[in-house]
Amino acid sequence: MLATKGLKYSYDSKVALDFPDIECQRGESWLLLGQSGSGKTTLLHVLGGLRTPRNGKVFIADTDLHALSAAKMDRFRGKNIGIIFQDAHFLKALTVEENLALAQQLAGHPVSKKRIITLLERLNIGDKLNSKTTELSQGEQQRVAIARALINKPAVILADEPTSALDDVNCNEVVKLLETQAKEENAVLLIVTHDGRLKDLFPNKIYLGDNKK
Amino acid sequence: MNILSLAWKNLTSNALSMLLSLVLFALGVGLISLLLLLNRQVDEKFDKNLADIDLVIGAKGSPLQMILCNMYHIDAPTGNISIKAARPFMNPKHPLIKMAIPLSLGDSYKGYRVVGTTYELPDSLYNGILAVGTLWKNDMDVTIGAAVAEDLNLKMGDTFFSSHGLMDDDMHIHDEGQHFKVVGIFAPGGTVLDQLILTTPQSIWKVHNHEEEPPPPLEGEAGHDHGHDHAGHDHSHDHEHDLTEVAPEERKALIDEVDKEITSLLIRYKSKTNWRALSLGRNINENTDMQAALPSYEMNRLFTMMGAGEQLLRMIALIIFFVSGLSIFISLFKSLRERKTELALMRVMGASRAKLFSLVILEGLLLAVIGYLIGIVLSHIGMELLAGVMKDSYRYTFTGWTFMKEEIYLLFGALAIGFIAALIPAIQASRTDISETLSKG
Repeated sequence: MLATKGLKYSYDSKVALDFPDIECQRGESWLLLGQSGSGKTTLLHVLGGLRTPRNGKVFIADTDLHALSAAKMDRFRGKNIGIIFQDAHFLKALTVEENLALAQQLAGHPVSKKRIITLLERLNIGDKLNSKTTELSQGEQQRVAIARALINKPAVILADEPTSALDDVNCNEVVKLLETQAKEENAVLLIVTHDGRLKDLFPNKIYLGDNKK
Repeated sequence: MNILSLAWKNLTSNALSMLLSLVLFALGVGLISLLLLLNRQVDEKFDKNLADIDLVIGAKGSPLQMILCNMYHIDAPTGNISIKAARPFMNPKHPLIKMAIPLSLGDSYKGYRVVGTTYELPDSLYNGILAVGTLWKNDMDVTIGAAVAEDLNLKMGDTFFSSHGLMDDDMHIHDEGQHFKVVGIFAPGGTVLDQLILTTPQSIWKVHNHEEEPPPPLEGEAGHDHGHDHAGHDHSHDHEHDLTEVAPEERKALIDEVDKEITSLLIRYKSKTNWRALSLGRNINENTDMQAALPSYEMNRLFTMMGAGEQLLRMIALIIFFVSGLSIFISLFKSLRERKTELALMRVMGASRAKLFSLVILEGLLLAVIGYLIGIVLSHIGMELLAGVMKDSYRYTFTGWTFMKEEIYLLFGALAIGFIAALIPAIQASRTDISETLSKG
């Protein structure tokens, strides 16, 4: 479902990053662990088609991601990859509902208000439909970000340090929601983190760098 | 949520910082549009009122003043000329002159000028059509323009006293004399006729008779005048005989009043290209106590003088227009820096580079269209306000509720500015590096 082969990345002339091959199946949840500077976020961006690797391939739902043209890649990303960032970013001019509707539209799907409401309710923020994203707490924002990542039923959900800005209670809740919802949508969930709180929650782990424990 | 409504929401959520560009843009558009409106309407008024008059003959003074007074009725007369001196030009058999319309000015009613003249003025010059009643027949009968009737609420059979001069001045009302009586009202024609009160020249004399009895002409002087006429043109006493025979009733009565005065003659040539017609004015200026002036020449002179000011205003408007374009550019650029993450996010959600490009372009165009609309509304309101002021001072009617095709061109200009201003920010937006932007968090 999500697989990589011989991925290498280099920033200009600096040290090249060598990534281990990955293979994840639908419905599985994975942790991607590593020291800061080990290239976790870089790998996530390569997997999400936000960066181009120097060597190697990324397969998502049997599509060679980096063989796509730029515009096709954008469209493919919108449809098949949900990305959650460390800080939840939104279009500030829009409400929660409009942000999610935009995600549907940019992916080329029709807007389904029903889908938006169901998702928000599953994430326990059904009452925030018409709120501006700036009015939400951080925990709520991260949940809306999860909703946005899930909205188009992607094959892969990539989460970059989704819990680092959250307290313990919120952290637990958000991760659990993320895991159950990803499973419900039958998507691969890959969480990049150095958050020790998550280590014991996931059996599948990938280590980056020499820090293999 | 299409891209247009997204652009709209981006603008409205950022309204305050866009306000300055918007106001500037509206100001630029408004000023240009106002100038166009004003220019168009002034030109139209002056053109229409030129009425194919080739020459104006009146008392010596400023030729421009004479034209403004006798054709546009916005200035005081330069003085009077004696009928004796004017009479050769009123000869229907004059080889060069097709029409000579006498004007007798000097009185007004509530700011509207009373003009003593012949039927040729409404008939041949301004194509006046009667809405009701008849043309004036007897002395003290008046036929009034549409604007006069409407503004002063005058109806058929109404009577009034005139006052001296063009000012509405209670001190000089001729209330001890006879009063005028409305016998006809013209339909509106968009010419100066709309704001005139027409009567016989004799009526004007009647009103003024009690205050200024014209002195009987001295023998020597009369001969002198006549000599000059003779030198300039081939008029003899024989012709004068014909004249009284052929001239219409009303003019005949006028021509015989050799000791009376009129203000001016409006002349139309038989042929505009006859070289003798072209030198007629110069002859009058050199050889008589009267003055002749070419309306087209004088008006051109006036427009050239006003043109400098207008050009300056136009330059200022253009500068404001371009500064507003710059301001749109700056505010889009600034908002883009703040929205970099949002743009990267849109890419993550599946938006292509082209989509981001068109989003920013659309924001620029939207700003331009809104600014344009505000500007156009402002200019038309401004024109309407200005029309009120001009009506009070010149009795000319202008309006803000007319639209021109130039305003469409202005829209294209506005769109072009909006597009150009948004171009660089749009390119910048389409080049947003998603990964870098989002890594920074």
